[in-house]
Amino acid sequence: MNPSSSDSGLLDQKRLDVVRRQRLQDFLFHKVTLSFSLIVLAALAGILISLIITAWPAFKKFGLEFIWRVEWDIVNEEFGAAIAIFGTVVSSGIALLIAVPLSFGIALFLTETCPVWLRRPLGTAVELLAAVPSIIYGMFGLFIFAPLFAEYGQPAMQSTLGQMPLIGPLFGGAMNGIGILAAGLILAFMILPFIAAVMRDVFEIVPPILRESAYGVGCTTWEVVRYVVLPYTQQGVIGGIMLGLGRALGETMAVTFVIGNSQRISSSLFAPGSSIASTLANEFGEADDFHLSTLFALGFLLFVITFVVLAFAKILIIRTERAKGTKT
Amino acid sequence: MNEKLYRRRVRTNWIGLTLSMAAMAIGLFVLLWILFVLFKNGLSALDWNMFTKSTPAPGSEGGGLANAIVGSLMIVGLATFLSTPIGILAGVYLAEYGDRSKIAQVTRFVTDIMLSAPSIVLGLFVYALIVAQTKQFSGWAGTVALSLIAVPVVLRTTENMLRLVPGSLREAAFALGAPQWKVTIMVTLRAARSGVVTGVLLAVARISGETAPLLFTALNNQFFSTDMGKPMANLPVVIFQFAMSPYDNWVRLAWGGALLITLAVLLLNIVARVYFRDKSSQR
Repeated sequence: MNPSSSDSGLLDQKRLDVVRRQRLQDFLFHKVTLSFSLIVLAALAGILISLIITAWPAFKKFGLEFIWRVEWDIVNEEFGAAIAIFGTVVSSGIALLIAVPLSFGIALFLTETCPVWLRRPLGTAVELLAAVPSIIYGMFGLFIFAPLFAEYGQPAMQSTLGQMPLIGPLFGGAMNGIGILAAGLILAFMILPFIAAVMRDVFEIVPPILRESAYGVGCTTWEVVRYVVLPYTQQGVIGGIMLGLGRALGETMAVTFVIGNSQRISSSLFAPGSSIASTLANEFGEADDFHLSTLFALGFLLFVITFVVLAFAKILIIRTERAKGTKT
Repeated sequence: MNEKLYRRRVRTNWIGLTLSMAAMAIGLFVLLWILFVLFKNGLSALDWNMFTKSTPAPGSEGGGLANAIVGSLMIVGLATFLSTPIGILAGVYLAEYGDRSKIAQVTRFVTDIMLSAPSIVLGLFVYALIVAQTKQFSGWAGTVALSLIAVPVVLRTTENMLRLVPGSLREAAFALGAPQWKVTIMVTLRAARSGVVTGVLLAVARISGETAPLLFTALNNQFFSTDMGKPMANLPVVIFQFAMSPYDNWVRLAWGGALLITLAVLLLNIVARVYFRDKSSQR
């Protein structure tokens, strides 16, 4: 404070100015942060609108039928999404089938059996597996995994699973390593760390008292997990699985390398196929006008499918976490 | 005691725990296998030429990845520069102002979905928004696409970290008569700094390896270029094109690039974690 300005009126005026200035600054800061958080919403709206606008010619020509048309003929401009949707759903399904039990095992190990000093390094290792870029999984799948799979994995599957009734034809046909099954396997290892991380987190919110009372009445570790931890965290676990599914559905690079990129539906899982994302990655470069518009239509479908799956996952996880707040 | 039942329970327990250990072993094995393969194939390409020469023309010998490395650094750097303030300020809004309001809840929900949304669709969006309008693939378009991926990561970590700051700290500052923006910037954000920095590092790690959105935006450029308004070489797209190519030296360079990018991403992840752990254990 300046001692020479002993005039209190002037001082009051100065203080008022400061308060007024600060109020204005606060107001501006509030609005600036608000508008930045609205950018996220604007981006979502922009994505939906731009996809619909660009995809409009395709939707207008084929209508809703586009979704279940089994045709992808670039030359005659006859397009349908069924082949790509089939590949996307089947490869993601295979990935879940393998990744879910594995991630459950990892989460169980990290929360129950692992010695405490090992928990952090092993947890970090799982998180690093999640951080490896998807294109690396793709290269790994194409150059390393596919040849091995063709030489050992596929013949072994064909001579065992392939001989069984009903599911036999799934494991028939040529064995060249790449195909829908290979894509599913690579995807499984990609989404495994995501699911494992969510499962571990929700397992950890189980109140210790629940767990310890179960141990107290003589339950084995397996029984504690099976009959106490799992029922308690059920929704969160399902949420984690859906989160993994959302990742698998939209994954591009890992799938593009190993799915084989052929626009047909085959009864064998060994056969090459294509997913929505791999179709986009492969054909976008050469596409013009109408073809481009159908690719955007595919992208729109992919976005809608993953949005629904992810939203569902999120709601389940939020519910589990909220239950934690009321039950402890 | 029912001996039979007891034995069965012990056996079930043993099988369950063994399988869970096996699952962990499989996870670790895959990580180590991928790293081993990357080192085995990538190290031979990792020489001086890779950092000084540009990508080779089809069929020609030698060459390096200099243009792709510089392009990637520029695109990722600018995307970080663009997304960090947006993410942090939006996170501040959610944690400090919005809290439980409808708009904050919706933003939070949408952000969480954008975190896992297929990145290829974001590429399509930026293509329609920028590339189709300017009729030109460009480094800028790539930057925008990567920013869209990075913002949700920064936003969510910032918000979570701000929520961990004790309310008493804020109140102490308010009691001194500080306006809210000053409290936020000089007290709350500063207290949460290590967490926010971690979030930014993780966002950089995440976008460094993104390939799909760059295919439709930055595309590729065979020559050395620092012009953001033109198609721009970048590591992920070069790796994608070279790995699928029939030329041996291209595939070799793809492995070199893959090793480089994986090391960078994993290093960023480890640095982020160690930094965060150190800083937060100090307090």
